[in-house]
Amino acid sequence: MAGIEITGLHKRFPDGTVAVERLDLSIADGELFVMLGPSGCGKTTTLRAIAGLERQTEGHIDIGETRVDDLPPADRDIAMVFQFYALYPHMRTRDNIAFPLRAEGLPEATVRERVDEAARMLQLEALLDRRPSRLSGGEQQRVALARALVRQPQAFLMDEPLTNLDAEIRADMRTEIKHLQSRLGTTMAYVTHDQLEAMSLGHRIAILNKGRLEQVGTPMEVYDRPATLFCARFIGSPPMNLVPVSLDDGALRTTGGLALEPPEGIARGREVVAGVRPEALELVASGDGATPARVVSEEVLGDEVIYVVDAGGHDLHVRMPPASRFAAGAAVGVRHTGAPPPLYDPDTELVLA
Amino acid sequence: MALQVDDAVMGEAPGHPAAARRGAPRRRRSLRSWIEIVLLAVLLVVMLFPVVWMLETSLKANRDVYAVPAKFIGFDITFHHYKDVFVQRGGSGASDLAVNFKNSVIVSFFSTVLATVLGVMAAWAYSRFNIKAKKDQLFFILSTRFMPPVVVVIPIFLMYRDLDLIDTKLGLVLIYAAFNLPFTIWMMKGFIDEIPSEYEDAAMLDGYSRLEAFFRVTLPLLVPGIAATAVFALIFSWNEFVLSIFLTSSESARTAPPAIAGLIGGTTVDWGLVAASAMTFALPVLLFAFLVRKHLVAGVTLGAVRR
Amino acid sequence: MGAIHAKGMRKAFGDVQALDGVALDVPDGAFFVVLGPSGAGKTTTLRAIAGLEKLDAGSVHLDGLDATRAAPAARDLAMVFQNYALFPKKTAAENIASPLRARKLPANEITAATQRVAELLHIERLLQRRPAQMSGGEMQRVALARALVREPRAFLMDEPLTNLDLKLRVEMRTELTRIHRSLGRTFLYVTNDQVEALSMADQIAVLRAGAVQQVGVPREIYERPVNRWVAGFVGSPRMNLLPCRPEGRELVGEHGWSLPRPPWAMGESGRPLLLGLRAEDLSLERRDEHATLGGRLYALEPLGDRTLVDVDLGGTVIKVKARPSVTGRPGESLSVAVDLDRAHLFDAETGDAIPR
Repeated sequence: MAGIEITGLHKRFPDGTVAVERLDLSIADGELFVMLGPSGCGKTTTLRAIAGLERQTEGHIDIGETRVDDLPPADRDIAMVFQFYALYPHMRTRDNIAFPLRAEGLPEATVRERVDEAARMLQLEALLDRRPSRLSGGEQQRVALARALVRQPQAFLMDEPLTNLDAEIRADMRTEIKHLQSRLGTTMAYVTHDQLEAMSLGHRIAILNKGRLEQVGTPMEVYDRPATLFCARFIGSPPMNLVPVSLDDGALRTTGGLALEPPEGIARGREVVAGVRPEALELVASGDGATPARVVSEEVLGDEVIYVVDAGGHDLHVRMPPASRFAAGAAVGVRHTGAPPPLYDPDTELVLA
Repeated sequence: MALQVDDAVMGEAPGHPAAARRGAPRRRRSLRSWIEIVLLAVLLVVMLFPVVWMLETSLKANRDVYAVPAKFIGFDITFHHYKDVFVQRGGSGASDLAVNFKNSVIVSFFSTVLATVLGVMAAWAYSRFNIKAKKDQLFFILSTRFMPPVVVVIPIFLMYRDLDLIDTKLGLVLIYAAFNLPFTIWMMKGFIDEIPSEYEDAAMLDGYSRLEAFFRVTLPLLVPGIAATAVFALIFSWNEFVLSIFLTSSESARTAPPAIAGLIGGTTVDWGLVAASAMTFALPVLLFAFLVRKHLVAGVTLGAVRR
Repeated sequence: MGAIHAKGMRKAFGDVQALDGVALDVPDGAFFVVLGPSGAGKTTTLRAIAGLEKLDAGSVHLDGLDATRAAPAARDLAMVFQNYALFPKKTAAENIASPLRARKLPANEITAATQRVAELLHIERLLQRRPAQMSGGEMQRVALARALVREPRAFLMDEPLTNLDLKLRVEMRTELTRIHRSLGRTFLYVTNDQVEALSMADQIAVLRAGAVQQVGVPREIYERPVNRWVAGFVGSPRMNLLPCRPEGRELVGEHGWSLPRPPWAMGESGRPLLLGLRAEDLSLERRDEHATLGGRLYALEPLGDRTLVDVDLGGTVIKVKARPSVTGRPGESLSVAVDLDRAHLFDAETGDAIPR
């Protein structure tokens, strides 16, 4: 196992588009590191550059002690799992998993042993003699994982491996990958566009946008204090409420009159944007000293209810427990309950406090 | 052309995969590109020499054609042979070859149209409808293509004799269309399968009938595929030799390939005339392929792109 | 007008029985959602109602009239497709106008109607663009506009939000609810996303393997699933299902755990059961000394507003909803408190819920 060090990675395609712009990342040995961003943000290009499937225009990549810039993919000692599984359709599961080992020319007894071990770990024993066409999507992806595992490489690269699976299987596989990674202690670079997947899997998350790094941090750091407005919009569903506020009388107030607790050391009179998570707001019966608002819509999600309320011209998302019942159109009060929200400069889009 | 293939791919599937393929490593570029240039040059000479030689021969006077050593440059250019292709020697009327060319144009055009129209309709039905034993039917259609023309030419000759189709252009149109149909059906089915049937469903819910939905929505999207299919069908009909030589006897119905072949033989061969007629014969298909090249590229790559 | 009544719909594709006696009763003006996993027959149901699929058996009545054999164009329904099915060579305006053109309306009426619906969906600036020049969300809106431009009996929607990214999907959910309320017409909406179903529907029909499992309002489906299958499909994370067996006053699990037997399940004899526990009805905080499960931490999944704690009970992994601040290392032992009042029990063989 080894860490991955990326310095000044830059990738410009011949048509002039810059996919990755001077990116610095440091993935620790044994870390599950997630690169998150919308399509076209450069996350997949970065991963492919680490794998050697893409040659960077500038910058360096080190895996462990080795600078791999000029090494072909086969010599980098890494394994990659793709979105489209990329299983060989004419081979049984067993042979698919054994393929990279046979490519290394290992003795057949070792191959068999390692395949059986990987199959046991991913609960594939019953499927070893089937061909990919007779496996479900989740099973195929488990086989693809097993094929990556048997190599015992320096690092795993995962390119949206769960995107094509049904929601249920996706949640199970998420748990499985997380558990497997912590058990094996492997270094894993994981690319996804799904913020929920990134949050639940990653030890740390790097949020990319248009080839640039927006933020790196643990899931809770990224969730509680997004570094930019882009991150604030990208992480969390329903997304963070971003409301223009001004500071007076020691309180932050929105134009709708909602009062928020101000953080320390914020300049008075400045126009800023506050980021308020839906769970940091609560609805109460109107009156009660809360800011008046009107319910726009109610979404009952079983274990919670998401309300959209109109508070003085701003739509706010509010997350409430399942027992709450406010009908659409009802007059209610809305109140801020959480810690001081992060504030953003509307011009630079960066977090202030 | 290569660039257009790329563009077509980029247009269909924006994002990294296509862009990624472009970024090949640039190491040892100079050495590699030198080897490439040399190899390509050798290949070019080997491939183009016969064509250039044919072109030169068609433009040479007879004494230069037979000159030893051969003259590659510095001969007098004459269009004498091209005139012979079209105008009767010593007379003023059209030559036999001109009639053959006209026959080739008529026969290939109509057989291509027939095969393509029928092929598109049949392929649409096979693609969209639940037909009993669809796979078997499609395989049967393809299997008719397994037979080389020379195997079936005798029975066809006998049938045609009874039907009075021997030595007629109509006979050739029909047999060429029949030979092309399996190909056009299979190729068009591939293209139609690529177009989501939801377009037609949507049009039907909008208030169109099934056929209207096909003609208004699907057909316009098939133009590249139809162009590609038609070019291949046309090339087959245009170049066909065996059936034409067996099923025609007079110059009034014979197409150009057997007629040109007929120029060789006898005591002396007029190589200038052979070269000139071969050049004339090769031009129309080249021209046609060139005109529809955009569709051709889009059509050929259509099946390869994930939608 | 706008009631859809389908009875005993059956349809087979080769060996696959896509619909196996599906009955739906969609009242006029409802937002009715058909929910099910891929392959459940949802789309076939919708296509059969639209007339795009011929039924092997069963009937479709629209506003009381038998439409089983009517052509799609005659049914007066509008449909939104999953891949939008916008005609690629036409502009947004032409796409939207298509159903009106097919009905040969005068040009000025077509223009007026297109304009009106474009305003409703805020897509005026897209009207002259072709589908290739639009984003997924924009195409989705144009597809919606093409359906809304007429005033059909009912709107059929086939997973219209599936191809959108999460943020747009959340926005469009609110938007669709708003449009439905302002039009007051019947929406028959098909999806495999239980969040969409719960958040938008007046009524949900849960479909599985070509058969309707349960019909009800969202809360009913979530809180009173009729079988283990509906219980597992609706709700995220999925309901934990633990095999167990009633023994005296206790439920004994296959990995050795035991919990007090809920009073309403006392009548059950010793046959195998499944205990259904939602993640939010489990807690890592001590509540009731009697109702706890012991296990080891399997994985922690922080989701921001909550953290899912995966607990290994010795072979079965269950998910517990916890506060976002929870911490722990894989392998450490945990005690999970169970809210038995909110537990579900299912017959392990038939999968049917044991009634309370």
